[in-house]
Amino acid sequence: MTTAVQPSRRTRPSAIAHKPYRRSKRRSKTLTLLTSLVAIYSLIPLAWLVINATKTQNGLQNSFGLWFAHGKFALFDNIRDTFTYQDGVFLRWFANTVLYVVVGAGGATFLATLAGYGLAKFNFPGKRGVFATVIGAVAVPGTALAVPTFLMFSKLGLTNTPWSVIIPSLISPFGLYLMWTFSAQAIPDEMLEAARIDGAGEFRTFFRVSVPLLGPGIVTVLLFTMVATWNNYFLPLIMLKDPNWYPLTIGINSWNDQAATVDGQAVFNLVITGSLLTILPLLAAFLFLQRYWQSGLAAGSVKE
Amino acid sequence: MATTQAAAPLGVRRRRRSWKGWQFVGPFMVVFALVFLAPIAYSIYLSLYKNRLIGGNSFVGLDNYQQALHDSVFWAAFGRVALFLAVQVPIMLVLALMVALAIDSGRLHGKAFFRVTIFLPYAVPAVVATLMWGFMYGSQFGLVGNINDALHTSLPDPLGSHLMLTSIGNIVTWEFVGYNMLIFYSALRVVPTSLYESAEIDGAGQFRIIRAIKLPAIRGALAIATIFSVIGSFQLFNEPAILRPLAKNVLTTGYTPNMYAYSLSFAGQQYNYAATVAIIMGVITMVIAYVVQLRGAREI
Amino acid sequence: MSRMLKVAAAATAAMLALAACGGNSDDKSSNSSSSGGGTSAADVTAALSKGGSITVWAWDGTIKDVAAGFEKKYPNVKVNLVNAGTGDKQYTALQNVVAAGKGVPDVAQIEYFAVLQFALSKSLANISSFGAADLKSNYTPGPWNAVTPNGGVYGLPLDSGPMAMFYNKEVFDKYKITVPTTWAEYVDAARKLHKANAKAYLTADSGDAGFTTSMIWQAGGKPYTVDGTNVGINFTSDAGSQKFATAWQPMITEKLLAPIAPWTDQWFKALGDGTIASLVTGAWMPGNLSSNAAAASGKWRVAPMPQWDAGGTATAENGGSSLGVMDKAANKALAYAFVKYASAEEGKDIRIKAGAFPSTTADLSSQTFLDTPFPYFGGQKANEIFAKSAQNVVPGWTYLPFQVYANSIFNDTVGKAYVSSTTLADGLKAWQEQSAKYGGEQGFTVK
Repeated sequence: MTTAVQPSRRTRPSAIAHKPYRRSKRRSKTLTLLTSLVAIYSLIPLAWLVINATKTQNGLQNSFGLWFAHGKFALFDNIRDTFTYQDGVFLRWFANTVLYVVVGAGGATFLATLAGYGLAKFNFPGKRGVFATVIGAVAVPGTALAVPTFLMFSKLGLTNTPWSVIIPSLISPFGLYLMWTFSAQAIPDEMLEAARIDGAGEFRTFFRVSVPLLGPGIVTVLLFTMVATWNNYFLPLIMLKDPNWYPLTIGINSWNDQAATVDGQAVFNLVITGSLLTILPLLAAFLFLQRYWQSGLAAGSVKE
Repeated sequence: MATTQAAAPLGVRRRRRSWKGWQFVGPFMVVFALVFLAPIAYSIYLSLYKNRLIGGNSFVGLDNYQQALHDSVFWAAFGRVALFLAVQVPIMLVLALMVALAIDSGRLHGKAFFRVTIFLPYAVPAVVATLMWGFMYGSQFGLVGNINDALHTSLPDPLGSHLMLTSIGNIVTWEFVGYNMLIFYSALRVVPTSLYESAEIDGAGQFRIIRAIKLPAIRGALAIATIFSVIGSFQLFNEPAILRPLAKNVLTTGYTPNMYAYSLSFAGQQYNYAATVAIIMGVITMVIAYVVQLRGAREI
Repeated sequence: MSRMLKVAAAATAAMLALAACGGNSDDKSSNSSSSGGGTSAADVTAALSKGGSITVWAWDGTIKDVAAGFEKKYPNVKVNLVNAGTGDKQYTALQNVVAAGKGVPDVAQIEYFAVLQFALSKSLANISSFGAADLKSNYTPGPWNAVTPNGGVYGLPLDSGPMAMFYNKEVFDKYKITVPTTWAEYVDAARKLHKANAKAYLTADSGDAGFTTSMIWQAGGKPYTVDGTNVGINFTSDAGSQKFATAWQPMITEKLLAPIAPWTDQWFKALGDGTIASLVTGAWMPGNLSSNAAAASGKWRVAPMPQWDAGGTATAENGGSSLGVMDKAANKALAYAFVKYASAEEGKDIRIKAGAFPSTTADLSSQTFLDTPFPYFGGQKANEIFAKSAQNVVPGWTYLPFQVYANSIFNDTVGKAYVSSTTLADGLKAWQEQSAKYGGEQGFTVK
């Protein structure tokens, strides 16, 4: 991990401050056009999702994919149906997802912040092995560990409970890495020394002095872990059998699969509308917290 | 990974080693041990046994490893993800890097718009992304079919055997370009401006500045993005698994090593062999990630 | 940071609330287990009056009404119904909980092709001592044979899928296609239709283990032989298998099959708009057509399954499932009572009313059943054809004791024939080899 984590000799905390924009630069139409192509590529599937969420199951089958169907504009009907279908199970899935995200991503951020700070600001026996172990373990495919994990969790009585989804979400290797580099740069050692001289304990110092300085980094890690938890598919698929504990991803996929059963009703319109509703809160969180996560990331990825 | 020692920030060196740090790292490592290390240890244990429907469980030593080394399905799957890695990862990372450089150059109209829109797909769950692209790939009534009808073309089926890997690569690229772009862009933003200014005064062109200053400055970000992409490619699972109902004959149960391990353990109840495949893939991934970071340390 | 603390507090509260209302379904069965040791018919009666709760894993939508009816009839009993996934997904889940020994349901829905596998691995309980064996005369032979491997009874039939041909009469009339009665005529009809309209196909098939085995079954093939742990797998010299491979190959080679994966949005659309003009499948299909391909209502008809020999009447089963009692069920007597209710008592009537196709002889021969008109089929009394098909299922078919795995690799092997120059015969050979290899690894003696 040499390059990845070596702190820069050049970049002191002061360098994290926003770089002034060079307004004098000439804007380039060609460059804008080229970048627009990438932006269009990013947006087309999302446009498809929005457009098709306005169609009925029938309209979905009988209209051009990238334009609205003739006749009924069914977006609001679809939204209502999504929320009321199967006794409103979608809301339950939504609540579950929020639970997994709040506890899982919140916990993951907390653990990563603590550990990242510990790695950055303390010298302790075994430190060298920590990150190497983490990266090494991440390289083993999680999908293949699913069965051992399932059997273990089952012995502990955790399967089919929210804990089986939450506990594994508590680990974010990338979050650990970000908080490590961020802590190394954002917290001057002098401040810690001063706090210690005043007789503050390590945890008191951490919460009083360090956490406020780590704000942007914490928000960044929180967003990444939120996405990871919100989008978690494989783990809950194995751990949960009871639809009452499903998160949105599993629930929506189960609607998609439902068409293949003997008496199954195809509800692709609800699958699409449900998908749209699933990503809206995340998009909102991203746009809303933009300011924070960008500065957090900037500092976090300062490397030589 | 012995080189991690280099990570010790300067200030720390002055301090004495003590166990205090574990108060902070400990909680993370305890959970980590529960959800990563214990299952890995359990997998290693499982990989030394063989359980049969008839005849029960028995210790077989390294037989499963022997079998995996000669398993053509496994190596075909490995070859497929290696190809995926060799083609998709560079395309995605170069695209992400170009967009990051473009936005950082300050020469774009509406750069905030680009920064956000290109990042948005990352917020879309892989399940939703794959369902979406799956609908669009439909050659009869999907978007591809619509285009064929409208323009009287006959585009090849994106889910046919020739294009499948490309189609999956497209989904993965779509999902992660923005994420990598953001990592690169943030790294670029903290490169001290003074460095370019002096170069510009010296008459260096944009491309030269990129090559000589910007890329070396963010090589740590490049290395970490590459490592996570390598791991992601070798663990390719969600996208092909969710597309599978649309093209079962192409997306075989052993399409990627991870799908293979999954189908071995779930459809076939061959937990032991599945664990073996997982361990082998883990070792290979570690070695490659290590090589990438060694190279990343030296050049760009 | 106080805001963060508030969030954390709210999360804890939400968690407690959710846990209170949804919780610990995992161990429900064991909580109620105190009574469940008995294994006789008398124990069933006793268990019903004592009451308790059972957990049922089923994906069939009508089971919900059955459970409600059961709870109403026996107010002391609580049925905890879980949809743990459809088909393979549920089997995966079932294997996991059995391996873990925890969270095993009391009752599970198992398709016929998988019964032997779960019976052999002792996941399913033998329920003959409860009196299940006496119910034999209630059911048609196909489903009954499937649930009674090796002399035990490992579940009761829930429905059945005697095969028939569903076709779009409007399309047939438009292109002057006569309803095929043999497979040779069927292939010719496929050619004629696709030639007349390049966008229309007589049928879709992108490689389906269930369809292939049913076709071989109808052709009189016996590729699988099972005697305890001695298993025979032979497609290469099985006459029925080769008959199918030879007859169906032109459908692939001449590109006469719609390139549309089954059960997708595209597939339903194609069934609705005439792109796919016929389907040969189980008698459970009508409900699916009417709810998911509603656009073609009134246009479709049902005809007997095409034959391998002109003038023949042979058919096969396709799909269908049973309800079984799990061996680890805490209260087997109560679990059996539910299975019996759903399969042979009022629950069965509830299901038939909801559109399920019965496996019980009394219902198949009842006049009201036979006279039921199907609006989707233009008022045709389709049950007459289905009921006749149920009587003409070729006897003697068996699945493998590891059919779930074998089916999972069908598309890896036979599927190649659909997307490359491999022939169906070669694909079947590869399927045979890989199935045999797996069987050997699992400790079976494979011939």
